[in-house]
Order: sequence, then structure tokens, then C-alpha cells
Amino acid sequence: MKFFKQNLKSTSKKDKVECEMVEKLRFRDPKLAKRLAEKIHGIAPKDTVKICHVCGTHEWTITHFGLRNLLPANVEVIAGPGCPVCVTPASEIDEAVQLALKGVVITCFGDVLRVPGSEMSLLDAKAKGADVRIVYGVGDAVKMAEKELKKEFVFLAIGFETTAPSTAVEILNKPPENFSFLVSHRVIPPAMKLLAEMKDLNLNGFIAPGHVSTIIGLQPYEIFPKAYGMPTVVAGFEPIDVLFGVYMILKQLKKDKPRLENEYARVVRWEGNTKAQELMQKVFNVVDGGWRGLGTILSSKFTLKKEYAAYDAHLKHEVKVEHGVDIQHGCRCHQVIIGKIKPTACPLFMKACTPQKPVGACMVGIEGTCRIWAKAT
Amino acid sequence: MLIVMCLAIPAKVISLKEDKAQVDFGEGVLREVNVTLVNAKVGDYVLVHAGYAIQVVEKKEALETIQLWNEILQAEPEVNI
Ligand code: SF4
Repeated sequence: MKFFKQNLKSTSKKDKVECEMVEKLRFRDPKLAKRLAEKIHGIAPKDTVKICHVCGTHEWTITHFGLRNLLPANVEVIAGPGCPVCVTPASEIDEAVQLALKGVVITCFGDVLRVPGSEMSLLDAKAKGADVRIVYGVGDAVKMAEKELKKEFVFLAIGFETTAPSTAVEILNKPPENFSFLVSHRVIPPAMKLLAEMKDLNLNGFIAPGHVSTIIGLQPYEIFPKAYGMPTVVAGFEPIDVLFGVYMILKQLKKDKPRLENEYARVVRWEGNTKAQELMQKVFNVVDGGWRGLGTILSSKFTLKKEYAAYDAHLKHEVKVEHGVDIQHGCRCHQVIIGKIKPTACPLFMKACTPQKPVGACMVGIEGTCRIWAKAT
Repeated sequence: MLIVMCLAIPAKVISLKEDKAQVDFGEGVLREVNVTLVNAKVGDYVLVHAGYAIQVVEKKEALETIQLWNEILQAEPEVNI
């Protein structure tokens, strides 16, 4: 286990091999996965169990490693609204498109480019000559703006609590005057609450998103076992992590003692990342927000506080789109996003709608359920 | 590098300067990341998301998790009642 040895001076080839070995041996060990699957089969109840995760990366792990095939037929793991670009309403894409067509430089994550707005995506705007640039993080966008002070830059800040702290860091660092934000960050627990309350969804447990949890900690999930009787396990993203999450939930169901557990203790602490929370509280208010395909969810969106109005692109560039076309004709993203149907149940899947020519937002980002399934089929 | 919103990747801190760190993602390629959100030391592994370190990976916890898995797996098989 030398990979974890402290104060390694250099990353030699040996370290790399060890790192890969640990991953293979443990977090991705097929034998361990098989053994774990046997345990899951042994403990699974006779009735149907529906476990919901809310992270695109969990869906990727589950689909990529074929984990569903390892589970008993009556243990279903469904994908909830865990893909940030998929839940961003069309109106917020429309705002960015409007600004781009007006000559503002729009910076965004690569995933955002093809997300359909009501009429066009940012990629379409780019084809019309707009200056739309992909960045790895908001910091890179700020650097671009510093180099081109004559141009107006806007960062389309999409993402959950994992990404929102980086926006907060850059706002508090006072970006140059030619830089502003379209803040579109969403908060995950209220969406989980909505799902827990959907009677016809009949969820029995949650696999909570590992990386959102590194920031928010465990406390926001307490409500799920307490008020809804749902076992909730924060899990990591390796195949063994996810299988263990399922196992822990089934174990709780068997004992009929729903609780909140942390499988991902190597990065998730009870209190979360308090520094990140502090910075987010400084710059953001939490307001009700629209989610594509889900409607308005109470207290689920970050907006900029008054003190930071100078960085609010809505005010600075006077752009506000109230309503957009969230679901294109024939697209069933609104059902895919709550795990009600599988992508394969959509008549357009891999016919009119493909990763090359996506119809709905779920086929765009690498965390979108349709896109992940498209890759796997 | 893959540009993924949610996929945060662990990397080793090689050097630190104010709010910036040079980290190694294990390919021997160094990248600069922002460490405002964490208290990381040289040699720590940090979880990096979109250019920002969001948490320090606890080596102790990582090892304990593996140990816990082993213990559970070595325990008696579950019997359905
Ligand atoms: S396959 Fe395409 S059209 Fe169908 S639900 Fe998914 S994104 Fe929408």
C-alpha cells in the first residue's frame, strides 16, 4: 500500500504502477466485485427495491462497468437528476446565446456547448460567428478576460455544489471589470427531496453524490432517513464504491433501520468543506429555481448577493429570459431525468437523437443518462 | 484531459505557492490548480475539480475503507430470512 505513503518525493514510474495496482486490486478488483455481488444477492429482499443515485459520474461507473448485470433482477438502480447541464433550463442557455450574439465573449465548460436552448445552442451561436470559448475552469476564463480588457467576458456558471465554490473563489478575488457571471448553479438536496416525495416513483434508498458531499458534508441528507425512511449512503465513484453503496442500503432495508452512512470517508467528512461553504455563503443567496424537465424546485438555485451585483451579467448586460422551450418535441428527458424511463424507452434514442445530433439535453453532456447509454450500446 | 463537470480526480501536490499548487495527476504531467478551498501540504493527495482542489484525500481513511471491505467480505455469508 505504498501508494498512500506520506511525503513521496517524486512521482516515479513505480508510484504510478503502485497507484494503478491499488486501483485494480481494490477499487476495481473484479473478484472483489463478484464476491460483493454474491453478498448483495444473499441479502436482497424478494420485493422490488429501487435505489436512486443523483450523479452523472455514478451513472457512468454503473453503465461503463456493467454493474446492473451484477445485481439481482429486483434490485433496480436508477439515475436521478445528477447531470448539471441536463437540468439547466433552456432559458438560461438562451440568455448566454443572446449575449453571445450581441458580441459578448461567452466562456463555459465543454459540456455546455451543445446543450439545446429554445432555438439554438451556444455551438449554433458560435457557427453564426459568436465568440464562445471552452474553459477547463472559471479561473481560465478570468485569465482570458485579463488579457483582452477591451472585450466583455461572461462565464456561464453551471454545476452543482462541487463547482459553485470555484465561482465564489473567483468572485471574491475580484475579477477585472470586463468580466461577469451568469450564475446557474443548482443545489442537489432539494431535488432529492422532490424525488423522495414523488409517490409514483417509489424510491427505497439514495446513493448520495460523492463529490457534492465533499463540499456540503453529510448533514443535508439527514432528512432522508429521518423524514422519508430512506436509507442514504454517500458513495464514491469506483465500481466497488457503488456496489458497496448498494450493499449498505440493502443491509439497512433488511434491518429496517434507515440511516445515513458514508462509504466515501476518504474524501467526505461529516462537516464537508467548511471553507468552501463559507465562501459560497458570502457570495450566493439560495432562491427557488427552475430545473429542466422538473419545474421549479424550492431553494435549489444560487444567485449573486447584492454586494456582488457588479459581476451579475443579468444586470450588467440587461439580459433576462423568463421562459424557454425545455423539452424539444418528442424528447423524454423529463422522464429520463427522474429515472422513470430508461433512455432506450425513448422512441428517438439512437434514431433521431444521437450524441452527434442530440435532441435533448440528456444526450449532450458526458454525465447525461442518454449520452452514457448511447456510448454503452 | 477530460473536461468533466462532476468527475473530480485525485492528484499529488508537488509544490505550493500562495493559492496555487503544482499537482501531478499520475501521468507525470504537472498542472497548476487553485488550492484556496483546502489546507493542503506538499505530498498530500487532493481531489481536483475543474481546476480547483476541493478536498484532501485522507490516506488513513482510504486504507480503512479497504480494510472495512475486506472484513465485511470475510464475514459469514448473508442468509435470507
Ligand atoms: S434519447 Fe434524446 S430525445 Fe430521447 S430522452 Fe434522451 S435526449 Fe431526449
